[in-house]
Amino acid sequence: MKPFDYERADDTDGAIATVSDDPTATYLGGGTNLVDHMKLGVAEPGKLVDITKLPYDFVETLPDGRVSVGATVRNSELAASHVIRQSYPVLAQALLAGASGQLRNLATTGGNLVQRTRCAYFQDPSTPCNKREPGSGCSALEGWNRHHAILGASEHCVATHPSDMAVALAALDATVVVRGSNGQRRIPVTELHRLPGDEPERDTVLEHGELITSVELPAPSVSARSTYRKVRERASYAFALVSVAAVMEVDEGTVRDARIALGGVAHKPWRAEAAERELRGTPATEENFRRAAEAELEQAESLRDNAFKIPMTRNTLCAVLRELTREDRA
Amino acid sequence: MTDVLTEDPGRAPQRLDGPDKVAGTARYAFEQPVDGPRYLHLVQAGIARGRVTGTDTSAAEALPGVHTVLTHENAEKVNAGGELAVLQSPEVAFRGQVIGAVLAETPEIAAQAAGLVEVTYERHPHESTFGVDDHRAQSPDTSSPMVTEDLDQGDVDAALEAAEYTVDVTYATPPEHNNPMEPHATVAVWEDGELTLYDSNQGPYVVRDVLVPIFGLDPERVHVVSPHVGGGFGSKGMPHAHVVATVMAARLTPGRPVKCALTRAQMFPLVGYRPPGFQRVRLGTDATGRLVATEHSALEQSSRLAEYAEQSAGASRDMYVSPNRRITNRVVALDVPVPTWMRAPGEAGGMYALESAVDEMAQACGMDPIEFRVHNEPDTAPTSGRPFSSRNLVTCLRRGAERFGWAERDPRPGVRREGDWLVGTGVAAASFPSFTIPGSVATVGYADGYYRVEIAASDIGTGARTALTQIAAEALEVPLSAVRLHLGSTAQPKASLAGGSSGTASWGTAIVQAARAFRAEHGEHPPEGAETTTKSEPDPEAGKYAMNAYGAQFAEVRVHADTGEVRVPRLLGVFAAGRIVNARTARSQFAGGMTMGLSMALHEHGVVDGRFGHVVNNDFAGYHIAAHADVGSVEVDWIDEHDPHVNPMGTKGIGEVGIVGVAAAIGNAAHHATGVRVRELPLTPEKFLTDG
Amino acid sequence: MDAEITLRVDGQRRTLSVDTRTTLLDALRERLGVISPKKGCDHGQCGACTVLLDGRRVTSCLTLAVAQDGAEVTTAEGLSEGDRPHPVQQAFLEHDGFQCGYCTPGQVCSAVGMLDEVKAGWPSHVTENLEEEPDLDDEEIRERMSGNLCRCGAYTNIVSAIREAAE
Repeated sequence: MKPFDYERADDTDGAIATVSDDPTATYLGGGTNLVDHMKLGVAEPGKLVDITKLPYDFVETLPDGRVSVGATVRNSELAASHVIRQSYPVLAQALLAGASGQLRNLATTGGNLVQRTRCAYFQDPSTPCNKREPGSGCSALEGWNRHHAILGASEHCVATHPSDMAVALAALDATVVVRGSNGQRRIPVTELHRLPGDEPERDTVLEHGELITSVELPAPSVSARSTYRKVRERASYAFALVSVAAVMEVDEGTVRDARIALGGVAHKPWRAEAAERELRGTPATEENFRRAAEAELEQAESLRDNAFKIPMTRNTLCAVLRELTREDRA
Repeated sequence: MTDVLTEDPGRAPQRLDGPDKVAGTARYAFEQPVDGPRYLHLVQAGIARGRVTGTDTSAAEALPGVHTVLTHENAEKVNAGGELAVLQSPEVAFRGQVIGAVLAETPEIAAQAAGLVEVTYERHPHESTFGVDDHRAQSPDTSSPMVTEDLDQGDVDAALEAAEYTVDVTYATPPEHNNPMEPHATVAVWEDGELTLYDSNQGPYVVRDVLVPIFGLDPERVHVVSPHVGGGFGSKGMPHAHVVATVMAARLTPGRPVKCALTRAQMFPLVGYRPPGFQRVRLGTDATGRLVATEHSALEQSSRLAEYAEQSAGASRDMYVSPNRRITNRVVALDVPVPTWMRAPGEAGGMYALESAVDEMAQACGMDPIEFRVHNEPDTAPTSGRPFSSRNLVTCLRRGAERFGWAERDPRPGVRREGDWLVGTGVAAASFPSFTIPGSVATVGYADGYYRVEIAASDIGTGARTALTQIAAEALEVPLSAVRLHLGSTAQPKASLAGGSSGTASWGTAIVQAARAFRAEHGEHPPEGAETTTKSEPDPEAGKYAMNAYGAQFAEVRVHADTGEVRVPRLLGVFAAGRIVNARTARSQFAGGMTMGLSMALHEHGVVDGRFGHVVNNDFAGYHIAAHADVGSVEVDWIDEHDPHVNPMGTKGIGEVGIVGVAAAIGNAAHHATGVRVRELPLTPEKFLTDG
Repeated sequence: MDAEITLRVDGQRRTLSVDTRTTLLDALRERLGVISPKKGCDHGQCGACTVLLDGRRVTSCLTLAVAQDGAEVTTAEGLSEGDRPHPVQQAFLEHDGFQCGYCTPGQVCSAVGMLDEVKAGWPSHVTENLEEEPDLDDEEIRERMSGNLCRCGAYTNIVSAIREAAE
C-alpha cells in the first residue's frame, strides 16, 4: 500500500473541495471495499477524506411520504430501521443478504453503492484488466467467468456489480442525491451505475469529487408487495450468483405494476424493463411469468462458465413472481 | 484404563488450553514476544515458467525503513531442493514462486517495497491444466515411501466381461486448499550462531531436521518453538519456502528477529494443496450383488518441481471383497506448485470416488446401498490376506441406519419434495489407516508434587495437549491435576509429527512406555527430581494385522427445485476408531472432519487459469469453505471398540476418518433427492439446474 | 505518514503514533501487543479479527487505525473479568466450541456483538417476519455468525454454546 494522507472531514463543502482539488484524493466511508482495494494495490489514493462524521447518519420520513436515507448510515442500521422493515422489506432483505454482520456494521449506504466489482482479475493487479488498467485487456472474457455478466456486457468488460442493496434500490426507483463542487444533483439509482461499454474503468456517472449524501425512496405504496431473493452456493456470506428484487402490485389476479431488478447478471443493477412490460396488465400466471422472464433474457449472452445464469435467473424470477402474487400471502 | 478416560462427553476434561484460547491470549507463532522485530514480505513470480532476467530493487531499497531486498542474486547458497531451494537460481517453476523478499522495519513498509521490486522475465511455455485421458500421465516414483505399487490381482477385464451388473464411472475432484485459519507464519531469531524459530507447524522436530542440512547448522543450536498452532490439516506438516526465506533474512541481521506471515493469497501457491484428479472406477457383480471385479485408476496432478503422488486409488485396496482387482495411481507433472497432504490425503478423494461408485453399483443391482456394502464385507484384508486388528464397519452402518431412520427410506430417486426443495438421503462408508509411529521420546519427571511429562508433540487443534495429559495421568495412575505436560517445542524430547492421524497413538504410546519405565525405576513414591526418558518401541503386532478406523456417513440433502442450491441439514457419522481418549474433544474432531467433508462436497474448488497458471479465486471470498449457515445438524456417534493390537491404549487415529466418505454420502443423497448424478466436485447449483 | 491517535483498548487508554496505513488490527497486534484479535485473511472475509468497536462487532482488518482515534475497542481478552470468563466464553469452554483456537476470539466477540443486536431487535436474513422481534433459534444463530469462518469445523458446538449463553 502506498502512503497516503488522512483527514477527517467536519463539513461537507470542505470535504468536497479537498477531494475535487486533488485527483489522488478519495472519500473514506466504512472502508470495507476501499481499504481492501488499497491492500490489494487496486486503489492507490494519495489522500483519504473520512466522511463518516459528516451529518448523514439519518433515516427520516419526509413530509411528502418519501424516505431519505443518509449516506453514512451503516448497512446494519438501515436494515434494522423500522420504516425500512415495514415499508420497504425488499431493501431490508437485500441489506441482510449482503456480507456479514461485522461488515454491515461498517459499510455505509453511500459506500455500498460505489463498491466495485469482485471480479477476481480486477482484484489481482498481476493480471490484465480493462477496468483497473484501461487498455490492458479483459482476463475474464476468456478466463474464469462463472460470476460474470450475461446482460449488457461489452468486449472490454464482463464484470458484475456486487451490491445487493443497489438491486433493491433499483426496483424501488430510488434517487441518489449527490453533491459536488458545482452544487447538488439528483440521479435515479438506475442511472447511477453504467454499463461497461468501452470505458469499463467508470463504474458510475459520478464525477471526481462528487459525494453521495443521501438516497431517497419514493413514498411506499400500501398495496405493493416486495421481496429480495438471492441465490448463492454458500448459504450466507457470499456474493450473489443471481438475485432478484421485485416490487409488485396485483389486483384480483392481474399484475397492475411490476418493478423488477436483477443482481449478479450485469455491470449494474439490471432493471428488467422487458419483463415488466410483459407483466403489466396481464394475469399473474406461471405462463406469463415465464414469458416475462424469457423476454428479459432474450438479450442474454453467456460466457464459458456462466451459461447457468440464464436458467437460474429465469427460474428465480419466476419463483419470486409466484411468491409475490400468491393469493394467500399475508 | 481408569476414570481419566471417559466416554461421557459431559465428564470428559475440557481443553487445558481452553481458557487461553477463548480469551485469545494463547500465543501462536507470529505473536511470540520478540524485541525489535523486522518484517519480511515475499516477492512472487508473475510467470508460470521461465527465468528471471533482471531484478531492479532500487526503488524498494530507496524506501526509508527497508533493510534488505533478497533475490537469487544476493541470497546465501543453501543445500536444498524442490520448493525449499529458495532464491537459489533465476529459474521459475510456477506462478507465485518466491523470487525475492523484502526486509523492513514495519509490515506496511515491507509490503509496499515488495510491490516496488521490478522483475523482468524470459517466459517459457507452461502447462498448468490437464484432462481425463492425459497423454502426459506417468507412474509415480514407487521408491517413495508414500507411493504404493500398482496392484493387479486376478483378471479384472474377464471378470467385468462376465459380470451380471457393472458400472464404469469417472469422478473428478478439483484442487482443494488446506486453508487453516492461522496463516503460515514464522519468526526467526539468529544470534551467536544459534537459531530460534517461532513457527506454525505440525512437528517442531520436522522443521528443525529439514533446516539443519539446508543451512549446515548444528542441530543442538536450532530451536523450534510452537506451543499453539492454528490448524494445519497437512499444510504445516513440512516447512515451506517462507521458512527458508525467513531464516535467510534472520542470518543477515543477527540479534534482530525477523517476522514473516504469509498472506491468505500467498498460501494458495506456497503451502501445498490437495491435487485435482480424475478417478475411473469400474465395478462388476454377480447376480447376487457380490463384487467380482474392482478397478480403480486415479490420475492426479503433480508438480515438475517435485513429485507429490496422491494415492487415491488405494482406497479400493482393502474396502470390499473382489477376487479380481486392479489399482493404479498415475500423475501428470505440470508447471504448478507442489501439492501436499490435506486431511486424509488419498482417502478423502479416493473414497469419494469409490463410495459414489458403490452407490451406483448398488442401484444397478437393485440393492439397498447399506445391504450392498454388508454383502461385500471381507473377512480379512483382501489384498494382503491379513486379519483386521478390528473392523466394525458393518456395526457402524447398522447403528447409523437405525439412528438415521434408514428403514423408512424410499429408494427411488427424485420423488420427495418439501415446498421448493427436493429431499434425499445418502450413505457412504469411511476408512482410514491406523498408524502408530515408533521412535518418539518422552520424559517423565517428578518435582514439587507434580509429574512433568515432556514430549515435542503438536496440538494443532486436535486436543493433543489434553488427551496426552489424560493418557499420562492414567499411565501414572494419578489425577489429571497432578500432571504438567509440555509439548510443542524442541526443548522437549523428539516426537513424530502430527500427521496421518498418528499423533495421539504415537505420542501416547511413548508417554505410556515412559510412565511405566518411570514407575519401574522410581516406584510409586518417586524422590524429588526423579526422571526417566524412553523412546517408544515398535508395536510387535504391526505388520501382522490390517489396522484401520472405520465409519458410516449419512447425509440428508436438499436441492432447490428452481435454483439448484444445495443444502445439507443433517449429517450423521458413526465411527469405529478404537478407544476414545476424550469424548468431548473426540466428538469435536469427528464433527470437524465431517464439516470439512461437507465443505469439500459443496464448496471447495481452487480454479486454475491455465493461461496464467495460478489459482484465480485465491481468497476466502472466492474459495469458499463452509460457513456457519451451511452446517446444520452434525451428529457424531461411535461404537465401543476394543482393539488390543493397535497400541497400548487401544486407540486409532480420529483426525482424518471424519472427512472420509462425507462427500460421497452427500453426492449420493443429492442423487437420491434429484435423480441427477453429479460426478464432479463441488456440487454447485448449476450442476443441478436443467435448462427446461 | 504518521498520526497520533488514542484508543481505549479493553478499558485501558492507549496513545500511539501510527502509519496512516496501519489497520486497527495491526495497531492492536503489532503496536500494542494485544494479540487477541487474529489475522486470518486481512480482507474481511473470515472474521478472525472481529472486535467490538464502540460496542459493535466489526472486522478490525478493514478499519484504519487512524480513522478510529478516540474509539473504544473491546477484544475477547477484555471481555473476561480477570480470570472469570465472559458467559459466552464459558459456554465455548463447556461446549468445546473451538479446536485450534485461532478463529475463537473473533467468534466470541462476534457472538457477544450479535447477542446485543438481537436484543436491540435487529432482524437477519433468515428472520421470517421483519416486523417482529427475532426469535434466536439455531438457524438465526448460524446466519448471524456466518461472518466467522472456522476451518476446524467447530460450528455446531459454537451454535450450542451461543444458544446456552443467550438463555
